[in-house]
Amino acid sequence: MKPTRFIDLLPHIVLIVGVLIFAYPIYVTLIGSTWDSGTIGRGGLPLWPGGQGATNYAQAWVGEAGDRAMYTPVRTMMLNSLVMALSIAVGKIAISILSAYAVAFFRFPLRMAFFWLIFITLMLPVEVRIIPTYKVVADLGLINTYAGLAIPLIASATATLLFRQFFLTIPDELLEAAKIDGAGPVRFFIDVVLPLSRTNIAALFVILFIYGWNQYLWPLLVTSSGDMETIVTGITKMIGTGESANDWHIIMATTVLAMLPPVAVVVFMQRWFVKGLVDSEK
Amino acid sequence: MATVEIRNVRKSYGPVEAIKGIDIAIQDGEFLVLLGPSGCGKSTLLRMVAGLEGITGGEIAIGGRVVNHLDPKDRDIAMVFQNYALYPHMTVFDNMAYGLKIRGIPKAEIRARVDKAANILELGRFLDRRPSQLSGGQRQRVAMGRAIVREPAAFLFDEPLSNLDAKLRTQMRVEIKRLQDRLGITSLYVTHDQVEAMTLADRILVMNHGVAEQIGTPLEVYQRPASLFVAGFIGSPPMNVLDGRIDDRGEAVLLPGGQRLALPQARPTDAGRPVKLGIRPEHMAVAAQDFSGGFSIEVELVEALGADTVVYGRLPDGESLLVRMAGIPTVRERDRLTVAPQDGALHLFDAVTGRRME
Repeated sequence: MKPTRFIDLLPHIVLIVGVLIFAYPIYVTLIGSTWDSGTIGRGGLPLWPGGQGATNYAQAWVGEAGDRAMYTPVRTMMLNSLVMALSIAVGKIAISILSAYAVAFFRFPLRMAFFWLIFITLMLPVEVRIIPTYKVVADLGLINTYAGLAIPLIASATATLLFRQFFLTIPDELLEAAKIDGAGPVRFFIDVVLPLSRTNIAALFVILFIYGWNQYLWPLLVTSSGDMETIVTGITKMIGTGESANDWHIIMATTVLAMLPPVAVVVFMQRWFVKGLVDSEK
Repeated sequence: MATVEIRNVRKSYGPVEAIKGIDIAIQDGEFLVLLGPSGCGKSTLLRMVAGLEGITGGEIAIGGRVVNHLDPKDRDIAMVFQNYALYPHMTVFDNMAYGLKIRGIPKAEIRARVDKAANILELGRFLDRRPSQLSGGQRQRVAMGRAIVREPAAFLFDEPLSNLDAKLRTQMRVEIKRLQDRLGITSLYVTHDQVEAMTLADRILVMNHGVAEQIGTPLEVYQRPASLFVAGFIGSPPMNVLDGRIDDRGEAVLLPGGQRLALPQARPTDAGRPVKLGIRPEHMAVAAQDFSGGFSIEVELVEALGADTVVYGRLPDGESLLVRMAGIPTVRERDRLTVAPQDGALHLFDAVTGRRME
């Protein structure tokens, strides 16, 4: 065997350094969640696990009063976030796959006008239209509801475009064969288009779930009561303005818990996700 | 099983007329091939029968019932596509069963029909596979199986063999022929391949620019091409076409190079008329060097195909002339020889319209 040369090792070194840079803050959070607030507060957080982990997580989960303040329990916030992220992911996929189906397979007046209308919304991020959106949601009485959290984020030009591009690769003959077989538009959608799109749907689901889970600005505006708090806004609210010390041990435990669902979605759907991104199964 | 009648059918895309009035009645159990170059409208005509294209004018009737305004599913037809159009996510069984399932046919009968079709097509071992796990020929058979299980009034084939390699194409051609003989279902078959047309068809409809140039049996189309277009399209290598003029007594054709070819029958009414003279390369033979009723050519190229030989010759006036001889080459390049048409090998076409002169 040839002796390993430095040049061969270099990519590995770069990668390992990269991993360390990304992983270190997460490691600190993980360690921090196992110490008491005093240790963290003094600024001398050790790099090994402490003995407070179980207590901290239990406290965060049920929302018992911390050393300094009362918090919304993590289980409530997780549930809120889960409902919001799932509604956004499922809703976006459902709406966009249907609108893409319409735009790609049907000929109707103003078809391209509608397509461009959808396309234009791509250029208007949530932040730009947040005031009118808030006004609409408030007038509909949706403040502090799941509907208010999820519905304004469901319309999705990106997903519509993605599905449309995919649908355009489905050969016309397949549609014609289905017509001759006697399948109407709904049948064709359910029996042919949906099964063919499943890897795309899975990939989109992963992306959109994380997108929904990580929403910050919109939940911050549209929720005001503690029991509608989502976990991402909840964490930031736990951190004070500097006038008082923070319950870092609980914040860190909450942060670790907040990471789990997106990680789980990625882990469980990884196979589909990668397939959906790279492969066009024909 | 049914007749298919196409009555003065037209198709326009805006101002462009793609099909300019086609008339044909296809008998029950007949195999009709629509033959023509790409863009001649043959696929459009087939898709109009299928109901995938609207009909601008005229009528199409399947089994005596006018289907102009029926959806494809209500026309009682089955279609085989060029790229097979199998559902990629379904097994071979499900691909064949799908149309039956939608029609609400009981499960047991679906099973029986699919098994029967799979037997005929030797697909039994592949019923649980996906199309992506099959070879081109097997996919083609699945596509035909999907048509067979429907037990339709008519089969429509849209260039079904053009995605296969040459060897498989020959094999599948034989299978299609055998299958159609066995099932006796009225079939319309679109192709641009004259060999497929000649071997499969009961009758051929030769199309060009949206009109029917000729409708006839394969041998009629070969032996008595109705126009210069058909003469050039059917037969390989293509028919030789030379400019000529009928002599003043109507007994022979005079060619610019000075040759005089006697007509089998005198045509006094056509005396002096300019014509196009067609002679198939395989209907010429080498003659004695001084034979007056033949062509003197210089051999430019010799293609030895094994079973026969194609000679590319040039006439003294610069026109080229193809001669097909049986067997291995007996002439070489730059040889001079005289070739003469066999009896009854002359085809006369009107110099202006290109139609056959009887």
